[in-house]
Amino acid sequence: MTTAALIATLVKIAVFFGITISLAAVSTLFERKISAWIQQRYGPNRVGPWGVLQPLADGLKFIFKEEVAPAGANRLLFRLAPAMAAAPAFMTVAVVPFTFPLILDGTRIPMAIADIDIGVLFFMAMGSLAVYGIMLGGWASNNKYSLLGGLRSSAQMISYELAMMVSVITVLTLAGSMNLTRIFEAQIPLWNIAVFPVGTIAFGIFLIAAFAETNRHPFDLAECETELVGGFHTEYSSMKFALFFLGEYSAMVMMSGLITTFFLGGPSLFGLVNGIEDPWIKVLAGLGVFLAKVCFFLFLFIWVRWTIPRFRWDQLMHLGWKLLLPLSLANLLLAGTLVATGVL
Amino acid sequence: MLADYVPILILLLVVIGFVVFNLAVSEILGRRRATRGKASTYECGIDPETNARGRFSVKFFLVAVLFILFDIESVFLIPLGVNLKAFAAAGAGTFLLVEMILFMVVLGLGLAYIWRKGGLEWD
Repeated sequence: MTTAALIATLVKIAVFFGITISLAAVSTLFERKISAWIQQRYGPNRVGPWGVLQPLADGLKFIFKEEVAPAGANRLLFRLAPAMAAAPAFMTVAVVPFTFPLILDGTRIPMAIADIDIGVLFFMAMGSLAVYGIMLGGWASNNKYSLLGGLRSSAQMISYELAMMVSVITVLTLAGSMNLTRIFEAQIPLWNIAVFPVGTIAFGIFLIAAFAETNRHPFDLAECETELVGGFHTEYSSMKFALFFLGEYSAMVMMSGLITTFFLGGPSLFGLVNGIEDPWIKVLAGLGVFLAKVCFFLFLFIWVRWTIPRFRWDQLMHLGWKLLLPLSLANLLLAGTLVATGVL
Repeated sequence: MLADYVPILILLLVVIGFVVFNLAVSEILGRRRATRGKASTYECGIDPETNARGRFSVKFFLVAVLFILFDIESVFLIPLGVNLKAFAAAGAGTFLLVEMILFMVVLGLGLAYIWRKGGLEWD
């Protein structure tokens, strides 16, 4: 690896990781603001103008709060669990292309931290690892609510991962590649969501599974306050609690980014942005378009949470196994037939 | 080729640093005043009864086993999906499509069997 490539990598990590963490922090504020608007309240408005410094105040408060570990807890796993829950969401940043590749003097610099050919597999692997943090957190606390929350969460995440994976394979079939940059480049003429019916159905399945994978409403049976107090994080306090939440919101940001890349053409906007001549302006405009799409999906995540009631456990599992999985398999078969016969 | 993965390693170090820093800073700066009440687990204000790590429904185990089966089987769909376009361009699309259909029929039969046996029922 040359020095120039190393510097480019470090800059990309600083910018993209920074964007993800900041978006996660900002969405905690907007979660509270939007829920307040939906319920005709003001929401946080004391810290700074319009409450914009609320995430910072929350962070400081978390740092200085007392660490409490229950007497029967497994010390090591209790500390490890929040880190294990947050790290996979952060690692997913590596493969997401935030904008168009930068072309300077004929060299192409891909705008994902690691532009690897198995990007999709990497994302699926990180998605599977996220289960461990929650399961360990639930088990290590030695609390009945935590254990039930952890069990439910792991069962739910692995069930919806199947439907999500098959709908992603549909996207791979349409693009003919597992490299995320090539997946969005293949969509510049026509976004996958508009490839009717296979792309649209795959988008719907992926969106539903994304809600379940991030443990968000209406599938948040893992923390389900009315039944399980707080689920897997009942016993957690201070920064450990904050890391669970930072992980959840970063996972939301990453899921929004992946939906954008897989189905909404990533940074492309009806051929407007990829026609720009100047390489730097093209990259910045692409980043703007990408983040706008991500913010739309973050808003959708929050909007759904404060609008739709929670599912019952058996309904949740039935939806995943009996509806989404067969539907996604049938959809993949249809997509395969269309691609093999040259229709798509 | 392997150089493509070096950025992931650097990001991993950054992420581990970030997580460990966050955990350490609150362990060091957070105040501590442990009491017996705080150390007991939360059970709606009642003194906790028995250890929490008892038995739980075997259904969760069944879900995990079924997941492993289907997850591994769908991994085999990835190479079929990725190569389908190239094969279709080379005129061998029908061959790969038939392979895909055969594989997915077996997968579908497995799902139908579990469904019929009541492996997906929760009540």
